[in-house]
Amino acid sequence: MRVLPCADSGLLVELADLDEVLALYAELVDDPPAGVVDLVPAARTLLLRLDPSGADAAEIERAVREARPTRGARPEVGEVEIPVVYDGADLQEVGELTGLGERGVVEAHTSQEWTVAFGGFAPGFGYLVGSDERLHVPRRSTPRTRVPAGAVGLAGEFAGVYPRESPGGWQLLGHTPVKTWDLDRDPPALLLPGVRVRFVEAT
Amino acid sequence: MSTRALEVVATGPLATVQDLGRPGLAALGVGRSGAADTDSMALANRLVGNTPGTSCVEVTFGGLEVRVHGGVTVAVAGAPCPMAVDGREVAPYAVVWVPDGATLRLGAPTSGLRSYLAVRGGIDVTPVLDSRSTDTLSGVGPPPLEPGHRLRIGRTRRPLPGVDLAPVRVPDNGDIWLRVACGPRDDWFTEAAYDALLGSSYEVTAESNRVGMRLAGPALERARDDELPSEGMVPGALQVPPSGQPTLFLADHPVTGGYPVIAVVVRADLGLAAQARPGQHVRFRSSPR
Repeated sequence: MRVLPCADSGLLVELADLDEVLALYAELVDDPPAGVVDLVPAARTLLLRLDPSGADAAEIERAVREARPTRGARPEVGEVEIPVVYDGADLQEVGELTGLGERGVVEAHTSQEWTVAFGGFAPGFGYLVGSDERLHVPRRSTPRTRVPAGAVGLAGEFAGVYPRESPGGWQLLGHTPVKTWDLDRDPPALLLPGVRVRFVEAT
Repeated sequence: MSTRALEVVATGPLATVQDLGRPGLAALGVGRSGAADTDSMALANRLVGNTPGTSCVEVTFGGLEVRVHGGVTVAVAGAPCPMAVDGREVAPYAVVWVPDGATLRLGAPTSGLRSYLAVRGGIDVTPVLDSRSTDTLSGVGPPPLEPGHRLRIGRTRRPLPGVDLAPVRVPDNGDIWLRVACGPRDDWFTEAAYDALLGSSYEVTAESNRVGMRLAGPALERARDDELPSEGMVPGALQVPPSGQPTLFLADHPVTGGYPVIAVVVRADLGLAAQARPGQHVRFRSSPR
């Protein structure tokens, strides 16, 4: 573990892998040290955002180093089922890239459990990690200028659902009618870090 | 009497409603947003007897014109701009009563970039996720002001502070000095890069907004060129893309970013940074940890 200060605004905790990030996040999220105003999990890091007027950075660093997260622990925030129509523009290509064929991709996507690791790209966007590596594919070499809301895609080790129309370079497998971002819901984001996700084929 | 309100007649380049933003929602992918210069917003609010974080109008480079319905007490802080009520000039940083039906107009500031119009009682647009701030990056919050918008004004029982004119430090027209602490990713850069950052001046380019200011100056050379997995960002971060030209993140910065951050501007200097105009130069000096 390395703890890297961001002036008086944050402490960036660098960890070995995503499992360690999620375990530390799970350990701190319900009762963060005094002066920590937000936690930002990412692929290899957990950022603790500080209130400069009320944070003792040395004390917070000590609390982080003394935390004993349980390896494999994830924040317990429930699970969701996301119905997907597998009609995405890149389904065939992903079938070729993975050697699974189109039906094999659908089978691999629906048969494993995914977990939201972190957010960050846009409100409501969650980076989902799966339980096996069959669907690891590179991003598209040329991003699309317009990906519709509800598009379900893959990039690198992650799966995701576009919360709203935006540009994007993910490989698109299909689409879902589920709104992953809805300001009339509390919380508005469906895919919070730690949420477990099952994709289900819809017709 | 009808509800007290400001009716927007003209906005200038950009005018938005801002308060202290939405801290604590990074897990939803929502950034903090809020006033780019919170010190100036707090000052404007104090002048009219509001709590420091009450929602104001953040006016970028003047040009705001509003017709007042019901009569309001206002004050402006931040970038000092000529201010007129029905064409009659009033002093900037003064507490001003604008009567029902009158028009308040802010001209271009003589220095600085962002002025804060506080109205006694606050701007009462509908909050989104407990804040009235417009987040220009994510689109969360009310849309930027447009002619025809009507902004309701809230009420307060707090006393007016009894100051007519605030003593303030006016934003500088010369080079702006900002204190930085190196890191978190200083080890991704050469020694020469950090020396260049501290030893040179960087021009604020026209590609600057509430998300960040793109700076132009000596390129900050990397010591390694592999890809950094995206990580959480803080306001004040100097993020360096492959071009070597840093971007200084302001209030609407993205929650995470994929380029290394060589240094971070201390929080107390972020308001100063937010007042830098395109074409102005910023200089960095090392802040003791």
